[in-house]
This record gives sequence, structure tokens and C-alpha cells, in this order.
Amino acid sequence: MGKTLADKVWEDHVVHRAVGEPDLIYIDLHLIHEVTSPQAFDGLRLAGRKVRRPDLTIATEDHNTPTIDIDKPIADPVSKIQVDTLRKNAKDFGIRIHSLGDVEQGIVHVVGPQLGLTQPGMTVVCGDSHTSTHGAFGGLAFGIGTSEVEHVLATQTLPLTKPKMMAVNVEGVLPAGVTSKDIILALIAKIGTGGGQGFIIEYRGSAIRELSMEARMTICNMSIEAGARAGLIAPDETTFNYLKGRDHAPKGADWDAAVAYWKTLKSDADAKFDVQVDLPADSLAPFVTWGTNPGQGVALNDVVPNPADIKDEAARGSAERALVYMDLKAGTPMKQIKVDTVFLGSCTNGRIEDLRSAAQVLKGSKVSQGVRMLVVPGSARVRLEAEAEGLHEIFLAAGAEWRQAGCSMCLGMNPDQLKPGERSASTSNRNFEGRQGKGGRTHLVSPLVAAATAIRGTLSAPSDL
Amino acid sequence: MEKFTIHTGTALPLRRSNVDTDQIIPAEYLKRVTRSGFEDGLFVAWRKDPEFVLNQPQYKSASILVAGADFGTGSSREHAVWALQNYGFSAVLSSRFADIFRGNSLKGGLLTVILPESEIEKIWEQIEKNPKTKISVDLVAREVRYEEKILPFEIDDYTRWRLMEGLDDIGLTLQHGDKVTDFERKRATFMPVTLTK
Ligand code: SF4
Repeated sequence: MGKTLADKVWEDHVVHRAVGEPDLIYIDLHLIHEVTSPQAFDGLRLAGRKVRRPDLTIATEDHNTPTIDIDKPIADPVSKIQVDTLRKNAKDFGIRIHSLGDVEQGIVHVVGPQLGLTQPGMTVVCGDSHTSTHGAFGGLAFGIGTSEVEHVLATQTLPLTKPKMMAVNVEGVLPAGVTSKDIILALIAKIGTGGGQGFIIEYRGSAIRELSMEARMTICNMSIEAGARAGLIAPDETTFNYLKGRDHAPKGADWDAAVAYWKTLKSDADAKFDVQVDLPADSLAPFVTWGTNPGQGVALNDVVPNPADIKDEAARGSAERALVYMDLKAGTPMKQIKVDTVFLGSCTNGRIEDLRSAAQVLKGSKVSQGVRMLVVPGSARVRLEAEAEGLHEIFLAAGAEWRQAGCSMCLGMNPDQLKPGERSASTSNRNFEGRQGKGGRTHLVSPLVAAATAIRGTLSAPSDL
Repeated sequence: MEKFTIHTGTALPLRRSNVDTDQIIPAEYLKRVTRSGFEDGLFVAWRKDPEFVLNQPQYKSASILVAGADFGTGSSREHAVWALQNYGFSAVLSSRFADIFRGNSLKGGLLTVILPESEIEKIWEQIEKNPKTKISVDLVAREVRYEEKILPFEIDDYTRWRLMEGLDDIGLTLQHGDKVTDFERKRATFMPVTLTK
């Protein structure tokens, strides 16, 4: 019987296998940020352990960092301690770090790929659930907890039990205005936030193959929102072209050897998936969430659903609570919902293509009166690229705020937060209660919908302009 | 890590499904660099409501949390496990847990037990009727017991053994140090490194 892509990568990384034990898996790249690492380094110190492979480890500051006045000390003293702790740990243990102000600083999941450190066939981990992003290159990428961060630092391996395999097939051609964000939001609405639990999802089909590398990252990024352990896409010419010439991509003879290996990385024709899900591309439309988990979404043209129509009792209860929290009435057309804030950014949609597509919609228009739009590039390099292309001028001319790189309002650990009762259209990945600030209400959208919403002040697609 | 064999205590009914880690402990509490003191952040938004079950005096000393399906979805923050432990919980019962949360909990010695939804419902009814009901979570026998009830649960042998012995994963892995070194010798030379060669 054939093997899936994930099986192949898994098998290539087994260091130790014994009956009744999880496999010991080698980790090729470990990404670190300030929030989930301090207790791990503490653990190393207590046990007198070293970092086994500082040369397979890289750190950046992103979750806490401010997006304005970055030349001044971080104002929140607790955030400052956490960032300072990361800097000290990196120094003490010999780990490369990209600090605030550095050209390679940014959201950890934007930084790895842009440096060319994330490559096909690799195992990548980070103390952050959206590590699944890196699977877009055709590797296994897992979000891990702090104990596991410590484990990887000390041993460069992780004991893992192999998840089951799910294939998500997106065949056909996406209608105009439908992006990879809409694919993943529609998938989560279909299978639910627990639908991927215990699975690695491989995204397949002609619509996926047509996607750019960055669009693929958006899909894999939100695999975790479907409950999956990881998401991945087989590497192809799009992947190789993206990597070629990047700082850490192989060069010369190494490049040829690497590509020859990467070309073997696809699921065999007779590979068996435990579950298959079909999501025909032509059935998709711009998608938006109405509730407080990413599975509570509908097409933008649709209305706020009526919880009474939901059969499952738990889902109905959660929908009822969500509507109260979101202050929405069943039956309201999504497009009539007014927002106060538009957030363009995050590891889901804070890359250069995302900024380009939003800028194209905003060009020559103004952000609606009373709406605040925050544009936060995923990394300092994305910001520079955007400025070189003049995108920042479009955002500024439209009345949006042009910020420095970081996680920002995706989780509001820095000062970029919603106020209680405020409503946002956000290109990030989580609409949990209070995620973007206490009492804040979040609608997850694509960059195109974000830009159109900023102009009209109500949830909108570019076709509404 | 402390050894886990049998835990007996009273339980608290959390009748909500899809409890994400942002609700268990919101991001603002993640700025600490220590492992303790997270109890004040546990369910902090919900605790503002005096009616919320954590605020009800009859459940003050509960050490077992009985939650709805899909507990612990969202972020990988292990702080969610620490917050539950710091508050005084030793076990969580639910019909389904998010993968990363479950992994984190079993690594940290918080026993997460999967029971059928119908049994969770019955436990809720029992502890709402009588909050003093003693529940035993027995890892050795792989059973949850209360009143006359005996509910078997599954947990893989390896994890069970590790929890019962209170073993540290890193120590176990380091026993395979030679195999790791061997593996490293055979890695392809084109693989990237973060520091200059
Ligand atoms: S952008 Fe948001 S989801 Fe992504 S790493 Fe930062 S906080 Fe997490």
C-alpha cells in the first residue's frame, strides 16, 4: 500500500521506535518566541542542560512587541520583562535572535519561510499552535507546549504518536474574489472546530495546486482551527520557485540534491487516507464568521443563522451564547453588520501578497468615517517590501494606520486591542471571546473583504464597491 | 513531576462545550516568566459573573473539572494547564479534548480523561444534585468511580506508566542519546542551519 506525504516525512525522521511507545522524532527546525519559552529555558537551567542544537534554533520577538514607537523601551513593564528574558536566554544559550528593530524581526511564522529556513520534508516545531503554517512547504509542522519546547531544546527530538490522515480535496477553479482564506473558513464551518482532531490534513486538488506559496500558508495556518494537529501541501514548482535564492535555501549542488529529494515528497497514488473531505472550488464564496469560534461562519452573502435550526444541542447552546456575545440577531444579513475596526495582519494574512491585494482594493478610496483600519505587516521585511512598492502610501492615503511588524491585534497582548463592545473585521485566525481585547467582537475575513469592509464600514466584498 | 495514581475529590460542572484556551487563560496573563500563580487568570472573564460555577461556594474545593466537548481548543499555551493546576484541579473529564491541550496536560501531570458524552451528562446531574459527591479518578485501574458507578476510560500504556512513575520525558529521551547522534550523522547536508556554518 502507498504512503501519504505525511507518512513519508514522518518515517524519514524516526530516531527511535519501540512497541507501545511514541516514536522519537527528530526536529529539523525549532522556532522560538518570547511567550512560550521562558519556563522552558528555566527548566534547562534547573537541570543543568544545554541547548543541543542552537544551529537548528531561531528566536524572534512578536507577540508582545509594540507596533509604534519601537525605538523606545517597551512601555508595558511585564511585556518588557518577557522580551528581555528571551534576549537573555538567547544570549546565554547561543541562539540567533531577531529583536525588535532588526530587519528580520516579525511573526515567527512569517520569518521562518521568508528566510528560506522552512523547506519541504522538514519537521518544524514552535511553541505556538499556528506552526501548522510551515506545512505549506510539504513538511510536518507542529505547535507544541512549553514542556515540549524544553524537550526539543534539550534533545532536538520529540516523542510523538502519529496522527491519522485526512485528505481535503479542493478540485476545480475558485470563483473570482474567493481566496485561500475563504477555502479554510468554509472548510472549518463544514467539519467544525473539532473535525480535524487527531488528524494531519493534506490539502489536495487542482485549486490548491494553483495557489501561490503565501496563499498555501494561509490555509495550512488555520488547520489548527479545524482541530487538526498539522496541515500540509505537497511541494511543487511553486514551492521550489519561492525558495530559490532565499538566504537559507540550498545553493549549487546542494540545491539540485534538495530538489531531487523534494520531488519525491508527495502522497502515492494508492495512499490511504483515514478520511476524505471534498470541498468543490466552484461552490465557494467569500466567507466570514458570525460567532465566537472559527467554525461559526457563513458566506458573506448569507445571514446570521438561527440557533434554533441547529440540531446538535451543544452546538446550539454555543451558537446562542455566541450571538449574545456578538450582539447579533438571527436573520440579519451579514453585509449589514457595521464594524468599528479593520485589522489587516497576523501570521494568517500579514504577508506581502495580502497587503498587495488589500491595497489594490483600497487604492483611491477612503476608509469609512468612524472606522479605524490597522495595517500590520507580518515582518519587518514585509514592511520594507511594501514600502518599496508604495503600498504604505495607498494605506495612509486611505486613512489607515501603517504599523511596525508583530502579532498586534491578532491577540492583543500589546496595546493594539479592541475596546469592550467594539467590532472588528480581522484577517487573523481566531474570533474567540475577548481574543482581540476584553469584550471585543471579531469577524474573521480575507484581506479582500477586510479592505472592502474598511471602505463601506459594513462587512463587504470588493464586488460591493 | 509528581506521581499520579488515584485521585479522589469533589467535582465542578462546567456545562460548556468548545472551551478554548483563551477562555481558560487569556493572553494578558501569559506575560509571566514563571510557572506558578496563574490561578487568578483561570476563566477570568467568566468569573466576573457571580453566578459562574467557579464562584459558587459549594464547588470551592472541587479538584476535578467536568467539562463539555472539545475542551482546550485554540492556542498551544501550556499556561492553560498550569492555570488549572495552580487553581487546584488534578483531573479534567470531557468527551473530547483538543490535541495540543491533551498533550500538554498529560506531560504536566494533569490527567485528562475521555468519557462518553452521556456519562459526562450523568456526572453533571449527580454533582449538581450533590456537590459533595466524591469522585475517584483511578489511573491504575483506568476507571472513574462515583456512587455505584464504574466508568472505564482509555489511556495508552506508555503515558499511563510515565504518569504513574512521575517520569520526566527529557530524561527518558536522553537515554537514546546515541541514536540521536547517529541520526544526526546521516542527515542530508542540504538541510538548513540557523547559524553560519
Ligand atoms: S499572529 Fe496571532 S496567531 Fe499568529 S503567532 Fe501571532 S498571535 Fe499567534
